[in-house]
Amino acid sequence: MTVVPAPSLAARQGVALSRAGRTRSGPPRRLGLSRPAAYGSLLGPILLLVVWSLGSASGLIDPRVLPAPWVAVHTGLDFVRDGRLQGHLAVSTFRAAQGLAWGVSLGVVVALISGLSLLGGYLIDGLVQLKRAIPTLALIPLFILWFGIGEGMKVIVISLSVFIPIYVHTHNALRAIDIKHVELAETLRLTPLAFIRHVVLPGALPGFMLGLRFGVMGAWLALVVVEQLNATSGIGYMINLARTYAQSDVILLGLVIYAILGVSSDAAVRLLERKVLSWRRTLGQ
Amino acid sequence: MTSVVRIRGLVRRFTLKGVLNGVDLDIQRGEFVALLGRSGSGKSTLLRALASLDREAVGSGELVVPGKISVVFQDARLLPWKRVLENVVLGLAGPDADDRGRRALAEVELAGREDSWPYELSGGEQQRVALARSLVREPELLLADEPFGALDALTRIRMHVLLRRLSVAHRPAVLLVTHDVDEAIELADRVVVLDDGKIAADIAVDLPPHGEPRRAQIAALRTRLLGHLGVEDLLDDGAEAISATR
Repeated sequence: MTVVPAPSLAARQGVALSRAGRTRSGPPRRLGLSRPAAYGSLLGPILLLVVWSLGSASGLIDPRVLPAPWVAVHTGLDFVRDGRLQGHLAVSTFRAAQGLAWGVSLGVVVALISGLSLLGGYLIDGLVQLKRAIPTLALIPLFILWFGIGEGMKVIVISLSVFIPIYVHTHNALRAIDIKHVELAETLRLTPLAFIRHVVLPGALPGFMLGLRFGVMGAWLALVVVEQLNATSGIGYMINLARTYAQSDVILLGLVIYAILGVSSDAAVRLLERKVLSWRRTLGQ
Repeated sequence: MTSVVRIRGLVRRFTLKGVLNGVDLDIQRGEFVALLGRSGSGKSTLLRALASLDREAVGSGELVVPGKISVVFQDARLLPWKRVLENVVLGLAGPDADDRGRRALAEVELAGREDSWPYELSGGEQQRVALARSLVREPELLLADEPFGALDALTRIRMHVLLRRLSVAHRPAVLLVTHDVDEAIELADRVVVLDDGKIAADIAVDLPPHGEPRRAQIAALRTRLLGHLGVEDLLDDGAEAISATR
């Protein structure tokens, strides 16, 4: 994609106006953002990488504290060659995917029950708000007592971290459905089922998508923590092991993998968001 | 003629706004009635009562309405996540729903825009979609709550012609709520003025087809209606002054 540095509309209008001799105070201030450059948000990370590389190459950064970027790449290639990375990655991804699937499905179903019926709201919403006040990670000791230290506990912790944002944002969006659309549905004599399908669910979709972005991030976050607990595989285990042997390059590799997983899954959700919410026209698009 | 709407002694009270104090009104099959009134006269309350959209109100009285009612609101109220055709056929059953929707869109001169998103349409086009959505249901009663209030003057003229043509073609009974006296005279068979929750005037519009007599009668009717609306003091400079300020 190319970015054409065209003068802004406001600037062009300003020129035209001053030529006509009708303005003295300059062009009107344009309040919306100008068109975003493609991949513009990569600027910060790239800058960080440049500074880091310069620091490592010049010896300003002690490799025992932080290895050079290319060392992480070399270590990564070694791990890929002997198949260790793929194994850990597969295990981690599977855990996150399981947690995500459970968290999203439960979050949506419970948000629907709580959002679309008064009784459901009374029963559920208070409980979830109570849970929100307790960080999921603080529940881990209790979960270990209840569910042991196996895969089940890990998936449950991840699911819960996904469930909360999905529930909160979907429920919020359901309750914020425009009363005008409800009236319309009544005058069109929509059945309750058609009302939910054509008005409520699509209307709540933006809220759900926002919840999904938080949920996906929450899944990786919870994964990092649970994989440090009695795991024998996964990226978190790989990092833990490396800490034991003081292999800072492997720790770095693990962190880079987490970053790549988090960023790329967030990008995937945003792509999905643009696809399913193409009917929206907003400031940032 | 048989009446499709029969209202007797309708009373509606809200805690904060809109009051009806005993309204009697009949609307005949195929009749086009304009409901005029100042802000707060209760005209929207009456329309919402007819549309059964006033469940939170307390009141009494007899209200008989047909089974098939369509409402056109002041805003088009299209669902932004549905394309134009999907909006028109929303809630319609049957395998021919899409075809009927297409025909309705063609009738409001929007053939070819079936797959547009609502935000891609102008205000007038959106209101035409809303009109198609109402007509495709073949209502016995079409309720319109200041449907052209948010449109510019030129678009409004085109919408008047369109609405008049469609109501002649489909013959629903129409109740058009408006505060625009000229709009009421131009479109309606009958103009009803609501004031302080009661019917203040009920005037049949029976104009000569064209020429000077028509213009004279329109002017007289407008003066009369404006009097009922409580703005006769402004009429010293004649009806032209009124139209100049509009």
